[in-house]
Amino acid sequence: MSEEIDRGRRQLLTVATTLTGAVGVAFAAAPFLASWQPSARAKALGAPVEIDISKLEPGAMLKIVWRGKPVFVVRRTPAMLQSLASVDALLSDPGSDKSRQPLYAKNEQRARKPEYFVVLGVCTHLGCAPQNRFSPGVSDDGVLKADWPGGFFCPCHGSKFDVSGRVFKGVPAPTNLEIPPYAFVDDQHILIGLDEARLG
Amino acid sequence: MRLARIQVVLVALCWPFAAFAAGHGYPLQDAGTDVSNLPSLQRGARNFVNYCLGCHSARYMRYSQLAQDLALTDDELQENLMFTGTRIYDAMVSSMPAEHARIWFGNAPPDLSLIARSRGVDYVYTYLKSFYDDPSRPTGANNAVLPQTAMPDVLAVLQGRQKPRFESKPDEDGNVVQHLVGMEPVSPGEMTAAEFEGFVRDTVTFLEYVSEPAKSQRRSLGVWVILYLLMFTAFTYFLKKEYWKDVKG
Amino acid sequence: MPSQQPNAPAGGRMQALGAWIDARFPLSELWKEHMSEYYAPKNFNFWYYFGSIALVVLAMQIVTGIFLTMSYKPSDTEAFGSVEYIMRDVDWGWLIRYLHSTGASAFFIVVYLHMFRALLYGSHRKPRELLWIFGMLIYLALMAEAFMGYLLPWGNMSYWGAQVIVSLFGSFPWIGNALVEWIRGDYFISDITLNRFFALHVVALPLVLIFLVVAHILALHEVGSNNPDGIEIKKTKGPDGRPLDGIAMHPYYTVKDIYGLAVFFLLFAAVVFFAPEMGGLFLEAANFEPANPLLTPEHIAPVWYFTPYYAMLRAVPAFAGTQIWGVLVMFSAILLLFFVPWLDRAPVKSIRYRGPIYKVALMLFAASFIVLGFCGMKPPEQPFKAISVIGTIYYFLFFLLMPWYSRIDSHKPEPSRVTS
Repeated sequence: MSEEIDRGRRQLLTVATTLTGAVGVAFAAAPFLASWQPSARAKALGAPVEIDISKLEPGAMLKIVWRGKPVFVVRRTPAMLQSLASVDALLSDPGSDKSRQPLYAKNEQRARKPEYFVVLGVCTHLGCAPQNRFSPGVSDDGVLKADWPGGFFCPCHGSKFDVSGRVFKGVPAPTNLEIPPYAFVDDQHILIGLDEARLG
Repeated sequence: MRLARIQVVLVALCWPFAAFAAGHGYPLQDAGTDVSNLPSLQRGARNFVNYCLGCHSARYMRYSQLAQDLALTDDELQENLMFTGTRIYDAMVSSMPAEHARIWFGNAPPDLSLIARSRGVDYVYTYLKSFYDDPSRPTGANNAVLPQTAMPDVLAVLQGRQKPRFESKPDEDGNVVQHLVGMEPVSPGEMTAAEFEGFVRDTVTFLEYVSEPAKSQRRSLGVWVILYLLMFTAFTYFLKKEYWKDVKG
Repeated sequence: MPSQQPNAPAGGRMQALGAWIDARFPLSELWKEHMSEYYAPKNFNFWYYFGSIALVVLAMQIVTGIFLTMSYKPSDTEAFGSVEYIMRDVDWGWLIRYLHSTGASAFFIVVYLHMFRALLYGSHRKPRELLWIFGMLIYLALMAEAFMGYLLPWGNMSYWGAQVIVSLFGSFPWIGNALVEWIRGDYFISDITLNRFFALHVVALPLVLIFLVVAHILALHEVGSNNPDGIEIKKTKGPDGRPLDGIAMHPYYTVKDIYGLAVFFLLFAAVVFFAPEMGGLFLEAANFEPANPLLTPEHIAPVWYFTPYYAMLRAVPAFAGTQIWGVLVMFSAILLLFFVPWLDRAPVKSIRYRGPIYKVALMLFAASFIVLGFCGMKPPEQPFKAISVIGTIYYFLFFLLMPWYSRIDSHKPEPSRVTS
């Protein structure tokens, strides 16, 4: 060999090439990782759903599926709404500080309009669908006692929620039922999945 | 449509044999499409929805993708391209039931999502311009590019009607056969010939886009990738040269 | 890395980690044996890039293939739609698909060039016969892998290409029909066939390929690489036991191969981003229509890398009412390749020192392979039929007469040390 090895030059070239190569590898890997994002089909299937509430009677509940999960729409009676004020002592999070809901649902009724309650029918314990037990007092099967104010009851492990989906103390579920984003398209229709009503 | 280089080279190599290569069929015209031309795409989308979607679906094309790629607001999309009942994430599906179409036309109108890739833009372009009067057909029209087509001449109102011009030519076996060599106008339509060509070109451009929505993105990204690789190749070249001084020196 | 100074603070810890691993796994040993102390001839030229490129293309096909499998549905009703789903709905799905489809063609271009190098420099000669055989097995597995993969999009060319090739097996006497039914798992190319080709393409053959590539590299490293002069560098060793004409694989050939890969990726990216269909050669137009058992494409042609053998198949007419002769000719053409180490009787390995007969014969062989490939794409008409016959005959004579002409050919004396 006729020349001394220029170690500095070698290191510089190696570092430069390695860095450039690493940047290239990162850019090449990015599309593969991105391909795991929900695809357009997933977004299509997870698109907002519209529900017609014109035939919903007071005290009754409709179920609809959004993003694979049940959503309950309840038309609450004045009696149900009145019960909300008196149950605070039984609840572990009456102010909905720990639970997930849109800003407009962070209130006692946990809803845009008090009369219509929209909630994700997924128990915050392990995901079962809670049952609607809106009548106060002892239930037919004896599971709920005389002091039951009315609300939702989860049959899997006994979690209880009031008519705003707020969780009782001393039950397995840790937080209030989640409220999905929703909006009123008009008085007869609710769009579930978006915070504002957009056509189409 | 530009042929790929390699095909051109291969064909050039076999020039003496070109005469034997399959070349029958009505000569195709150059569609002259440009999928990066946004106004053309938008016009083509409107044309497709108004004249084609009644019978033909493009079931792999979502309206939401259209809105994004054609720079349309949701309202523009709704008012101009989407009819009642369809939602933004839906695909462009025709409302004509396939079974009824089969009964009425003999063949279900094919889905057009990939027609520009399976037949080529020049084929579709020439097809749409080559309907002619033919009383022997149930629809009263025939097509020079796809003889005995079951599709009626839906664009006659725009293009006007034309009749075929035949020439007698001997075929391979020496029999004298009528060859369709051109068209003659019969009655005018709402558009001039130039306007109609533009209409068909826009529509075919749209179909080219539908067959591969990622095409524009692919090409523009490709420029950056090639630039990066040129730089990277230069680095690796100098790195190699430096280390190989040990060997060559 | 042996040729660079490690940074002082981290050096101690890295060395300790290395020692911990080495006590439990032969990491340093493997590195030395196959990289830093594997001595390859220093005169590798352009033809020696393709082995490492093939390895990288294999890795790329596996990675892109895995990601495609995440979204692809192997059923006759969903397959075509799932490919369009990947192309349109999956973020960057179109890129992953084009990498895989272009990669398949790139794999064959690289492998054909790699095989040609062997014929140029005698890399198939003793003691590398087994290396060549592993290579031929890789080639066979690769062809099967590509064939199975092509059915998966369930386009019209996928369907009819599979239909034609699978029915070839029906020409075997007595067992033909049963064999075809067994391959298909059904009475026609169906959802059942698709699902099993999917399993073979995604799991079985990639495993076979990986195993064979490892065997191929081990066989190579056992005897050492050949070189453009065709001489054995291990015959001339220095006082330290290293071949005088050898240089360490790492860093010299790692650095050179990275440059080769950069150039390859430049050309590859140009195709992926600007011409993924390659005028219908890499993605055939007819395959953008779903499989239709009632409508055969105007002319069925396999993908370009199979067309030389397709031309041979069609060049042989049906004698005694059976197509079996064309099938046998096609299979023999591939089988013949396995025997090249024993057919080649030249006293020297490399074309640089061989006589004019071999030089002309090999160039004509390359030309005939390409011409056969071109004819295989064309409809079975004249003059392509006549040219295919000539090409097929030449292909077979190149190999069958090799024991004779390789011996009578002149040669120049091989050097004792490598030249440029």
